[in-house]
Amino acid sequence: MGAILKRELSSYFNSAIAYIVMAVFFFFSGLYFYVFCLYYDSSSLTPVFSNMFMIILFLIPLITMKSFSEEKKLKTDQALLTSPVSLFDIVMGKFLSAFILYACCVAIFIIYTIIICFFVTPDFAVILCTILGILLLGGALIAIDIFISALTESQIIAAIVSIGAGLFIYMLDSISSLISVDFITKIFNAVSFNQNYSNFTYGILNLSNLVFFVSVIAIFIFLTIRVLEKRRWS
Amino acid sequence: MVEVKNLTKCYGDIKAVDDISFTAQTGEILGFLGPNGAGKSTTMNIITGYLSSTDGTVTIDGSEILDEPIKTKAKIGYLPEIPPLYPDMTVIKYLEFMFDLKKVKLPKAEHIKEVMEIVKIDGVKDRIIKNLSKGYKQRVGFAQALLGNPPVLILDEPTVGLDPKQVVEIRTLIKSLGKKHTVIFSSHVLSEVSATCDRIVVISNGKIVADAPTKDLANVISGQGELLLEAEGSQNEISEILNNVYGVKKVRTVGLNTYKIEYDSDTDIRKSVFRAMAKADCPILMMKNGGMSLEESFLKLTENSTRKGGNN
Repeated sequence: MGAILKRELSSYFNSAIAYIVMAVFFFFSGLYFYVFCLYYDSSSLTPVFSNMFMIILFLIPLITMKSFSEEKKLKTDQALLTSPVSLFDIVMGKFLSAFILYACCVAIFIIYTIIICFFVTPDFAVILCTILGILLLGGALIAIDIFISALTESQIIAAIVSIGAGLFIYMLDSISSLISVDFITKIFNAVSFNQNYSNFTYGILNLSNLVFFVSVIAIFIFLTIRVLEKRRWS
Repeated sequence: MVEVKNLTKCYGDIKAVDDISFTAQTGEILGFLGPNGAGKSTTMNIITGYLSSTDGTVTIDGSEILDEPIKTKAKIGYLPEIPPLYPDMTVIKYLEFMFDLKKVKLPKAEHIKEVMEIVKIDGVKDRIIKNLSKGYKQRVGFAQALLGNPPVLILDEPTVGLDPKQVVEIRTLIKSLGKKHTVIFSSHVLSEVSATCDRIVVISNGKIVADAPTKDLANVISGQGELLLEAEGSQNEISEILNNVYGVKKVRTVGLNTYKIEYDSDTDIRKSVFRAMAKADCPILMMKNGGMSLEESFLKLTENSTRKGGNN
């Protein structure tokens, strides 16, 4: 796992991807921070975090699109799959490297917090909770998008499908409000990323939200392993 | 030692590999020969654990790849048909990555240097892989397979796309490696396999059509002799004379005054042919042993089974 993690990270940071993703993340989070905190004179980062959902949706596919699709295309998956490493280690290496890059993006919020500290003492517990929330949200999307990347050989397809899946997840709330059948609405609300995430942005640490995101990560890592396993048998 | 037993691989309805069995002993170089699409790469991918078999087992030094994948994979160095290289990495970084990935327990810097010297890539170690020529890429792939001194080396068409000088170098390299490792290497070039290998397994349409030591292969395959004869005289008359010679199975006219005689390989018909022709006053202008070369017998083998495959 260590070798794959190291290689993936160096491939992110030796190419433009890591810097573009970070630049875009910093730009939009900075913009939201300026508008919602500095311009409106507020110490609450909540609107910044909730608005970042949309940006993350588009950024994470850029990080994950090549994780497995390119390996397949370059045939380097043959080296990975014939080396004495378990599939779990391979997938975890990929997941963690993408997650670390994402965490580097999220780290900018520490600077925003420091800036707020110049004016007023913010509620640190709330900020920690929101950072945890945005990390979990990103982690879940990374797991889903890595799974999508494992399904195809083309980076572009992986990216488009990932963005599509992300947008669907984003619109789940609006879709559920259109459905009048009660129990379907309940299911939609239960799996709604927005609802599970918004609690974090308000500073509410709810165990069920935490479990939700962790299980999404676990399920999609498992599914990715199954996809790689299945490829051997086809 | 690599033991392959009753290996079968189906892609849907197509049998890519059909019930093949062979064994490669330690210290043996086994040539895996067959035309394109015969199932060579599929077999190698199964041996290395990249693909799974529909049926059959692969045992490497006593451990089975399905039961103990990690332990077994550590014993294999694999060079696939397309070397698994990351184009954006430098050679040295790539080898360091593969070293870590394979969890090799040797001194890292020394071992990588040693391997680079064996395949002669130490001169390009700081270059980015995508800028290397095909030959160098192939060698980097080779180096990757050698990392950790695995007892078994599986090389899938290692000389494709190399220039003649490099081909010779790689062959010499394989030969020297064969002393310590079990080497299985595939090729569709017969001369290459016969120059390098101790034993040849010929595969065609997913089936093994011959498995013999290199030096015996031609005889094993053909099972009969051929004689090329040029003589003056009327065609019908000569054909008749030849057909009456003891041991002759078939006479064909292949050109003006030229005949091809097929005969049982255990009788030498040359003297009888000479006497018969002399008696009939048909001067022999040329007589030559036209027995099948290894190349021809290989073609014949694979041709036959292609036809068989078509009928099925």
